[in-house]
Amino acid sequence: MSTEAITEEIPGTIIFDGRQAMKGYALNKMCYSFNRAENREAFRRDEEAFMEKFGLNEQQKEAIRRRNVLDLIDTGGNIYYLAKFAGIFGLNVQDVGAQQTGMTVEAFKEMLRKQGE
Amino acid sequence: MARIVGGLTTSHIPAVGNAIAKQLFDDPYWKPFFDGYPKARTWLDAVKPDVAIVIYNDHGLNFFLDKMPTFAVGAAFEYKNDDEGWGIPMLPPFKGDPKLSWHVIDSLVRDEFDICSCQEMTVDHGFTVPMQLLWPDYAASGIRTIPISINTVQHPIPSPARCYKFGRALGRAVESYPEDVKVVIVGTGGLSHQLDGKRAGFINKEFDLMCMDKIVGEPETLAKLSPLELVREAGAQGAEFILWLAMRGALTGKVRKLHSNYHIPISNTGAGMLVLENAA
Repeated sequence: MSTEAITEEIPGTIIFDGRQAMKGYALNKMCYSFNRAENREAFRRDEEAFMEKFGLNEQQKEAIRRRNVLDLIDTGGNIYYLAKFAGIFGLNVQDVGAQQTGMTVEAFKEMLRKQGE
Repeated sequence: MARIVGGLTTSHIPAVGNAIAKQLFDDPYWKPFFDGYPKARTWLDAVKPDVAIVIYNDHGLNFFLDKMPTFAVGAAFEYKNDDEGWGIPMLPPFKGDPKLSWHVIDSLVRDEFDICSCQEMTVDHGFTVPMQLLWPDYAASGIRTIPISINTVQHPIPSPARCYKFGRALGRAVESYPEDVKVVIVGTGGLSHQLDGKRAGFINKEFDLMCMDKIVGEPETLAKLSPLELVREAGAQGAEFILWLAMRGALTGKVRKLHSNYHIPISNTGAGMLVLENAA
């Protein structure tokens, strides 16, 4: 397995490759478990215990506590699994996009709309 | 002999599943999107395919990073939908065609595509949304399905050229099936969108429209893109366009565009639809 980063830079983009997948395995595994209602409920009941069970590292735990999507991605999270985490709080991909770009949700939606003009 | 009568492409945005559940067909936000589909359904009603082979990407329902197949082919009697975690309504199961599945699997592996066969496979929005858009009463319609999942979650993803060749092999597989069945190939996902990172919200209308044009008559041009070029131009998740190229590869007859639709934005995405006829 290659552990080298895909080096070509695309601005504002982290390529989810083998390196990120290794780094984020525990975090993504926890988020994947949110497919099941009982796991979403267990997380709501005791976040710290749930994160501990999946073996998240301290940076990942802190990113989860702060609900910080950019940090979650930086620590190896993959957006498809993170979407399941966001779903626990009723957040959709516009909410997540707004947070990552530092916009209000309304401004983010307007930015999307404008690209169709 | 089996015959591929055409190919369809459609975005598979999960929010569409919610909009269908809420019947928002005439809502001003949704109308320009949903208005594209009656023409596709009219064509399907006229052609009456027996089987839909749906090329999609699993987004973390059936597959996790513990085992991530590059190409996975369904071989089940039925395919169940399940909870994806963020509230899209769950749907009744989809009927399979395991006999054709195994013929396709045998043929693909003989053709050097060493796929993963799946006798159990839950299907997520990548599969269910296109089925709902194209066969709203799929359970009653009798349409049989074969889901094919291609990895777009974790790089290295298969290149556009590889997916196009996979489609060619899929086309050969279907057309060597001795039974008289009519098959449509559905390429799902895309077009441009990026959900993650500081570039979240990126859409590229010009690139999308170029892809929708060239995929009809010059798919080889698009197959030359590298995976990273695709990410740069179409966004991190817009790389799903490889699923469209796999569909296009399977159409080896005379391909003609019958209908198309494109609208920005649906959710965070440039949403595209095509109906392609594949005449003998």
